[in-house]
Formats: sequence, structure tokens, C-alpha cells
Amino acid sequence: MTYEASPGGRAASVPLLGRDVEPTLFELSVPGRTAYQLRSTGVPEVPLEDLLPAEHLGEAVAMPEVSERDLVGHFTRLSHRQFSVDLGAYPLGSCTMKYNPKFIDEIVADPGLCAVHPAAPASMTQGWLELLVTLEERLCAITGMAGATVQPAAGAAGELTGLLLMRAYHRARGDVRRRVLIPDSAHGTNPASTTLGGYEVTTVASNERGLVDLDALRAALGPDVAGIMLTNPNTVGLFEEEIREIADAVHDAGGLLYYDGANLNAIVGVVRPGDMGFDIVHMNLHKTFATPHGGGGPGAGPVAVSSRLVDFLPGPRAAARADGSYDWVTPPQSIGRVHGWHGSALVLARALAYIEVNGSPGLTRVAQHAVLNANWLRRRVADILPAAYERPCMHECVLTAVPLKRAYGVRGLDVAKALLEEGFHSPTVYFPLIVDEALMFEPTETESPQTLEALAQALERIAQRAVVDPESLHRAPQSTPVSRVDEARAARHLVTTEDAASRQ
Amino acid sequence: MADYVPHTEEEVAAMLDFLGLASLEDLFAHIPAALRLSGGLDVGEGLSEPDVTAQFARYGASNRATSETLTCFAGAGAYDHEVPAVVRALASRSEFVTSYTPYQPEVAQGVLEALFEYQTMVSRLSGLPIANASLYDGAAALVESLNVAAAATRRTRVVISAGVHPHWRDVARTFAQGTGHEIVEAPLVNGVTDWSRVDSSDAAAMVVAYPNVLGVVEDVGEVRRRASEHGALLVVAGDPVSAGVLRSAGSWGADVFVGEGQPLGTPLSFGGPYLGLFACTTDQVRRLPGRIVGESVDADNRRAFVMTLRAREQDIRRERATSNVCTNQTLMAVTAAIQLGWLGRAGLREVATRGVRGAHYLHDALVRAGGVSAVSDQPFVREFALRLARPAASVIDAMAERGILAGVALDSLTGADESVTTHPEDVLLVAVTERRTRDELDAYVAAFAEAVAS
Repeated sequence: MTYEASPGGRAASVPLLGRDVEPTLFELSVPGRTAYQLRSTGVPEVPLEDLLPAEHLGEAVAMPEVSERDLVGHFTRLSHRQFSVDLGAYPLGSCTMKYNPKFIDEIVADPGLCAVHPAAPASMTQGWLELLVTLEERLCAITGMAGATVQPAAGAAGELTGLLLMRAYHRARGDVRRRVLIPDSAHGTNPASTTLGGYEVTTVASNERGLVDLDALRAALGPDVAGIMLTNPNTVGLFEEEIREIADAVHDAGGLLYYDGANLNAIVGVVRPGDMGFDIVHMNLHKTFATPHGGGGPGAGPVAVSSRLVDFLPGPRAAARADGSYDWVTPPQSIGRVHGWHGSALVLARALAYIEVNGSPGLTRVAQHAVLNANWLRRRVADILPAAYERPCMHECVLTAVPLKRAYGVRGLDVAKALLEEGFHSPTVYFPLIVDEALMFEPTETESPQTLEALAQALERIAQRAVVDPESLHRAPQSTPVSRVDEARAARHLVTTEDAASRQ
Repeated sequence: MADYVPHTEEEVAAMLDFLGLASLEDLFAHIPAALRLSGGLDVGEGLSEPDVTAQFARYGASNRATSETLTCFAGAGAYDHEVPAVVRALASRSEFVTSYTPYQPEVAQGVLEALFEYQTMVSRLSGLPIANASLYDGAAALVESLNVAAAATRRTRVVISAGVHPHWRDVARTFAQGTGHEIVEAPLVNGVTDWSRVDSSDAAAMVVAYPNVLGVVEDVGEVRRRASEHGALLVVAGDPVSAGVLRSAGSWGADVFVGEGQPLGTPLSFGGPYLGLFACTTDQVRRLPGRIVGESVDADNRRAFVMTLRAREQDIRRERATSNVCTNQTLMAVTAAIQLGWLGRAGLREVATRGVRGAHYLHDALVRAGGVSAVSDQPFVREFALRLARPAASVIDAMAERGILAGVALDSLTGADESVTTHPEDVLLVAVTERRTRDELDAYVAAFAEAVAS
């Protein structure tokens, strides 16, 4: 299939007003200038000195002093220096940067949801409790699990919660286990969470097909293994076809299976982690369920578990009472709270709205078209960026720039940076670690075939430049608000605040 | 039903043809058939957007939101502050909302510069030189501070004041199951931590809340002396609005500042997503959890911002990392930078001052009216604790009928036990923000007299 050269999904058509740096808010500050306005309260203006002992009183904090007009200008100009899903295709592998439906923005702006105090009595928050119970039911249906906690604030928090659940489960059985198995292709959060969960990491090698090596897994198993953390499809974008055998082997050794839901978008509505044999599942709602990523958060990382782990879930949990009302209930052997309140409530509400609008048919279409797009792109660009593993991928494809590097000295990073000039966000580079010069593309289901074709053509143009002018790729990008940033200098001369900046 | 897949049937057919496949199901042929769902998911058939909106409007209508008909005096870490249209408008720009972690700085200067400004603001609020780019919430920031202290001192015991928010302590206990940290809690007496009741030797950290959960400002200097004596780090858990009038954590000698950033532009939101504030001394920068933005230059020598000190992070250090944080609360941090830009130096001071004035006005009027007593006679900032003659929860219910969210019942916070004060079920936490008018304060006093009498 071919298309006319199309700007589909590209941000390169956005007019760039200039490449001057934007002063910081502190540089725009003028002493005495103000923007704020507060209610007229009529509360007597007693001097602070009469209310607080002198040893506790501090000076006014040096916040920027700008007009409202300057504030709007500054942050609007900053926003013009920022790529986003709304602006163009964002095939950042492992991050599921899909389109975020706009109607949900209005749903969570309802004061009935966003102006509710988290400590208000349950009698005053019945709508919220019903919402959370409904979301929990949906997440259990999607994952094939028996119960869930919505407290974890992001995927990594969900992982750690899951590991503590694993720990509590074994301890309750008087079973002391000290190791957790993790494939070498795993996200870095898995081993980091495992350490924080009080376990040692045993790395399990992948085979030449990019999958867990079953023999290596069996060899690593033992009575001291608490469980295994797996992503399926794995971070190479491949489905672990021997998952039932893996599950049986781990369960036979008395361990539990943890499902890292980072790649749930590939299988939602197609296959459920519970049916694969998993005991614990975390979901990144900001990935599969289309809640906006917010420049790097907020996320939400609910954890769903099989029936034998339900009693250990964090509490309190929202639950329905026999009379149809809702209340908070703490599970009998709860590991305790993992969040200051009830989790990222507004993110949870967004995810439920997305699930409700899609329903079962919509969610299955999500996975199908995400996988279709990734496979199409993989094959479309195979001549210039071959796949790391020559077999069908799931929702993302890991390609390698090794041929471009060998022939022209053009690395994966150069390709990623040149793609920015083409108006596309870069793929994830140099991950997973087991693939040389990895470029991980995740188009998601919400990009059209026209956009994928435009992306493929952009990659072809970059490959052409590698032949005729590889040097230009080392200098890419040039048309972006700034060119390549000196990351080593940032770490060497650490300047992380305005005050450190002015000291230089 | 609706979905957001743009492909036409013809396009799908052409794409499948290109792949040599006959159907979308063939894309999953390599998954064992026994595992694949046959009957779909039990999540309904999908609804239209207006139908979903109606469903959520029903949820909203089943809540009692803070409003003109439910004046908010609840706090305990979540406060009803003014968030103006200009802040909401800027913070909801889709460039900020729909981007991801700024891995490619060439096209992420907007978020990166806003985070640099946010870090500067948190640094100045805390009086400490280094601030990260946010953590999940105040509780998460506390947990990370304990991990930093344990790594810095190679010790495992931490001493936490019972004046630290009960939920935060609950979260710290949960995560200590994994790290193996021993958590020792120092009780409050008359609203002030009695450090002499616990053994602080060999402590990695001593944690004090300033102000504490009862609203009291404690003598942080005393904790600093004890921490120095034992070689422990001093962690101060603070409130960013109270910081507008109080001495900074850094000026008290804190090694780490943690806080809940919700008061900086984030609505009450039923508790999340909120914003974890974290700042520390330069000594701890290599152990700093989460992301941090630094200033650098681009290839043309122009100022540019970039995520830095990446070698600390989980994706590089893996099992040797001291924190697993990756996704944080960037949008809330950007919102905080916008809100603090709107408030400015004078506005933050004014908001903080009004909270102190309003809280004292209300406190004095309630105590004067009788039937209640103060839990502590120590100085407080914008929140205070009252001991009632009956369970606080019943008074909250009675006040709600009169259009007032009277506060937070101390015992409704999980983990608020006798270490905070005796009979926590009779204790009401009352918070006053800059939005509360004198009429509302006077109405509270009148309604309270009726409620406790009823």
C-alpha cells in the first residue's frame, strides 16, 4: 500500500516563530509587580507577630513577580516549545502515547468530582465510592483477576505494591523466600522495585528468539524463589508463547507470577493475564486507558490480584454494602496504605470513562489496531531498519539501526534526532538493552495508515541522508526549538535552580 | 459505542494484505488458542460520549462537593485554595497535558523549563538548594526521604514524630516491609513531639512535621540538635502554603524537606493526583529520588534544559537503584509553577497570612463560645485541633446539614491513634484558607453551637 506524500500526523507543518530562548519566569520578574486577586473576606487584619512567636516567622519567599499578561505569555510560549500527542504522532515505544479523548477532560472538571475533599465522610462521597468500585470491577474483568487496589499512583508504585503483596502472601504461609526472577529484557523499574520490595534479583536470559528461555528459567527456580516479574508481550514487543509452561513451572516451585501491565495495550480484550496464569497484575492507566501523560505524570497504577491475594490488598478499599450503599473496608491482612489518600482519583475516573465508552468491542479493537499498526510499520521499513527479531510483533516493534551504523556510521540516536526534524516524536532509543542500536516504535491504534506512511517516508529520507550526508545526521535536529543538548555538561556543571544559575 | 481507531475497513484490508494476513484475528495467531478470549470482556458493549458523560454526572451528583452550599473547613493535607481561571487555562494547555517525560529535550523545552522554574520555587520554599521534579504525593516523598537517609547513613532505624500525617506514616510502614527499615514513632504530648520517649541513637533520620497534623509549629531546632547528636539526617515535612510565613526548613538546618504540593494549584480531587515536594542539601544530590532538570546549552551554545543526573535512575541502575520512581507528577508540578507565578512573592505571603488570621479568629471564637477545648496550647498556623464532648464524626454530619464541611475527624485518618492525642475520636481538625470570609467564619461558630447541642 502506498500513499501520496502526506503531512499526516506530522508536526513539521507547525510554524516556528523563532529559536530565541524563552527567559525564565524569574528573569521576567519585576519587584512589586503582581497578578493575584483574592476574595474580599473582611477577616480582621491582625499582625502576624501577634499570632505567631517571632522564632517561627520567616521572610516572604522570593517568588516571581509578574503580571497576569506576562504569566500567560510565558507559559504559552513555553507550550510552543513542547511536542505533544495533540500536535503529532508520538511513537515512543513502551509509553503508549495514544490519543486522549477530549470529552473526558470535561468529565473530570465537574466540581462534583474534582471539588470533593478526600477526608469527607463516606456518606458524602457515595458517587466517588461507586465510581471506584465500578472501575475495580472493570479492571478485574479486563485482567481476569478477583480484586484490585486503585491506590498506587503510577506503574512503579504498582510494581512495588505487587511485590509487597507477594511478600505478605509467602509470609502468611510461613514461607521465607528471597529471590525474584526477572528476564534480562525487563524495564528497569522491575529490578529496582524488587530491591525495594526486599528481594534479590535473579536475571533470566532471553533466548535467540527474544523470549524467556524456559530451560534457563527452570534452572533458576527453587524453593527460595518468591516469584517472577514478566511483561507479556515482553519489552521486545513479542508474546511469550510458552507462558502457560512458564506459569506452571513457577507455580510448581511455589512462586507467584507478576504481570507488568506496561504492554497491556497489545492484548486488552484479546487475552487476559489471569488466563495466562498470573497472580498479580499492575496496569498503567495512562498507557492502555488513555489518560494523558501530563509531561511525565500523573499516572495511575492499580494492581489486580487473584483470589488468594485479595485479603492482603492495600486498604481501605471502596466496597458495596448489602443495602446498595458504599463504604470503606480494610482487607483483613492488608499490607497497609500505599498512597496518602485514595490514589490518583481523577486519573482513575478518566480511565473508567475510557473503558465505558469503548466497551468490550472497542477495547478489543484497540489491541487489534495497535498490533496491526506496529506490524505494518515493521514490515514497511524493514529494508532500512530491520526488526531485531524476525517474527510477528505485538503493539510495538523493536528495530535496529545496526546496518546504518555499520555502513555509514549513523547511530540509532541520530535517526531518532533526525525524526524530530521530520515532525515526529522519536521512538524509544537504546531500549531494550539486549538489542544493539535499538529503536522501539509504538505507533498505537489511534494513528492512521496515512500517518504511518508519512512516518515511513520520513525514515526513508533519513536513510537517504545517511548515504549522502551522514554528518548532517550527527548534527540533527536543526529545525527544533533547540539543537542537540549537551547532557554531559548538565551533569558536570549541575545547575538545577535559578539561584544556582545566577551563581555561575 | 465509540472508539478512537481511525482505520476504514478498506484500509484495514489493505494493511492485512500487505502483511499476508486474512483477518485481524490472524495478528494473534501465535498466541495459544486456549488462552485467547472467545466471548469478549465483561465490561459492557460501550456507550456514546454523551451517555458516559451522563453516567459521570450522576456520580458527581452523588457526592457533596465543596461549594457555596458546603463551605470547606477540612484540611489534613488537602486544602480548598483559590485556583484562578488563568492558572487553569495555562495548566490545561494540551502541550503540557498530552506530552510525556521529556526524553527528547530538543522538543520538550516547554516542560523542562517549567520544571526548572518549579525546582527553583520548591528550593526557595524549603530553603534547600536542590529540589527534584516531583514525586507522587507527600506520603511518597516521606518514604523516599527515609530511603535517602538510610542510604546516606547506612542505618535502618528511622524516628518519626506522631505529628507527621497519619496516612504518611501508614504508607511509610507499608514500604518498610520491603526495605526492612525499623520505624519508631515519637508520640505527641500537648501537640508537641516528645522525643525523649524514644531511643534516637543509631537513627538514620528524625522526621518532624512543621506544622504537624494538629496544625502546631514545633521547635525544629530541638530536633536538629538531637539529630546532630545521633548522626541522623533531619527530615522536615512541611506545608508549602504555611512556608509563606514560617521559617524555612533549610533555615532550621533540615537535610531533607518533603511536602504535599496540592495547595499549589491542584483542586481537592478526592485526594489525587497530588504532588510530592522533595528538596535536600547538595550532600544528598547523588541519592536524590526521581527526576531532576538541569540547565545546559545546545550545540549552538544557546541555553537549553535537560533531565540530568540520569545515572541515579532505575532505568540505568536497575536493581542497584535506591528509588524505582519514573513517572512522577509533572503536570501538577507545572501547575504549581504557574500558580506560584500567579501568586508571586506578595500573593503567597498574603494567602499564608490569611490562613493564620482566619484560623486564629475561628479558634478563639469557638473556644470562647465554650463546650470545646484546644488539644494543644502551642502556637499553630492555619489549622487547629479541638477536643469535643462527643465524637467528631457526628458533629461533622450535623454541620454538613447546615452547609458546612466542619473539618476532618482525627480518627477518620487511618493510623491516627493515641500517639497523636488521647481519644482521637473526639478530636476535630479545622482548617481555614484565604477563601474563607468573616461571614463564613461567624456562620461556622453559630452552626457549631447548634451542632454540639443537638
